[in-house]
Amino acid sequence: MPDTVTLEVQRYRPELETAPTWQTYEVPVRAEWMVLDALNYVKDHLDGSLSYRWACRMGVCGSCGMMVNGEPVLTCATYLEALLPGPLRVQPLKGFPVIRDLIGDLTDFLQKLTSVKPWIVRDQAKPVSEGEYLQTPAQLAEYKQYAMCINCMLCYAACPIYELEPEFIGPAAIALAQRYNMDSRDEAAQERMDVLSQHDGIWACTFVGECSAVCPKNVDPAGAIQRYKVTATADWFTSMLMPWGTK
Amino acid sequence: MGVQRSREPFLWALFSGGGMVSALCLPALALLLWIAPGMGWMEGPSYGGLSELARHPLTRLFVFGLITLSLYHWAHRFRYTLYDGLQLYHLNMLIAIVTYGIATLLSIATVVVVWFVL
Amino acid sequence: MNQDYKLFHPKWHRTRIPIFWWLRKRAYTKFITRELTSVFVAYGALLLLWQVWMVTRGPEAYARFIAWLKHPLVSGAHVIVLVVLLFHTVTWLNLAPKALVLHLGRRRIPNVVILVAHYGALLGATALFFWILVGR
Repeated sequence: MPDTVTLEVQRYRPELETAPTWQTYEVPVRAEWMVLDALNYVKDHLDGSLSYRWACRMGVCGSCGMMVNGEPVLTCATYLEALLPGPLRVQPLKGFPVIRDLIGDLTDFLQKLTSVKPWIVRDQAKPVSEGEYLQTPAQLAEYKQYAMCINCMLCYAACPIYELEPEFIGPAAIALAQRYNMDSRDEAAQERMDVLSQHDGIWACTFVGECSAVCPKNVDPAGAIQRYKVTATADWFTSMLMPWGTK
Repeated sequence: MGVQRSREPFLWALFSGGGMVSALCLPALALLLWIAPGMGWMEGPSYGGLSELARHPLTRLFVFGLITLSLYHWAHRFRYTLYDGLQLYHLNMLIAIVTYGIATLLSIATVVVVWFVL
Repeated sequence: MNQDYKLFHPKWHRTRIPIFWWLRKRAYTKFITRELTSVFVAYGALLLLWQVWMVTRGPEAYARFIAWLKHPLVSGAHVIVLVVLLFHTVTWLNLAPKALVLHLGRRRIPNVVILVAHYGALLGATALFFWILVGR
């Protein structure tokens, strides 16, 4: 194992430059280090001005998503050793405007996520006196996979449609909508369908499948989207053929 | 009721149906109807036998369904491939009209051939 | 110094997307290739239509169609068409379990069952066509 590895990091300081530039750092290689450790080494010892997001450093918060050698990864979950001999190219997540260095603007995603109402919606909330909502393991299994999403945005960085058409609502938003659609306690499936069954909703998706390939939590957003296309189509046909049904 | 939902589900249903029937039927038909006679592996049914088979109502229905659904499958998929692959968003309406238009015209031709001429 | 920079309103940078974005990553190239199989599906549909039309034009016309099929360039091209159609079939059927998640009562039908059912349908259809066009 070599002693050091070269990191080529994309810098962008809007007060200084109009376009991103590259900066190279030599970082020591340690057996158990992740790419995030290398970035922390840069910030601690080489260049304190480097800006990037991270938090839990164990793959549950979704903060440290970046492009490493062109692939969207969680830097806290990517071994340095696996990428030797380098150089490693580190860039902010693709598809998002760059605020500074490795930090992308995620406002778009947050707005889209909010638009699908990612919470339990009920006509009548069950009063506390009536006790808890009971859910069988089978009912939990229906949506549990989609509940694993940590909002890391790797799927948005992998999705070519999101890069080409930024209005596309995106994989994670749809997967999270499905998480609630399939939750037995929720009653807002039709409301979400108004938002999702639009061109910029599920219909812009062409099932490239890269979102599921990069998801660190095996949420399988591509599967969630295809299932929803079937659901939305069935719903469309039944509402066309039987318009007298109540919404 | 609120927001008007997209009419995409109908087009997606055609795309999906076309994808399924073409996936299940076209390879075998390509082998039996075009490659085997082409390579001389088998003589195939005589003209009279084929003609009789083609005129059977089930054959007409199957051929009509396979051709029209496959054409709409192509139209939808090709439309998106041009839209995304070549970033022709400004031509979206034109591409939609051309692709679905071609599929519709050829489907009408199929109806004419399969139900009236045959 | 970036003259356009306004304090508290940083100029965000957005990258241009190249026309051939789909050549830059193997997964994207595979995707576009998969999508372009639809052109061959359309060809297959149209050739079938043409073949039926030739049936209506009488035995001589149909014989000319068969003769055209026998031309080496044509039959060679059709082998390529078959390979692409098989690529469409395999990619389509392999993705079926992703879209079709069904339940029997409360139990979810496993993905492998959906997959086997689809390949079974492929075999069944193939056997049926063999029987109709060759067997009888």
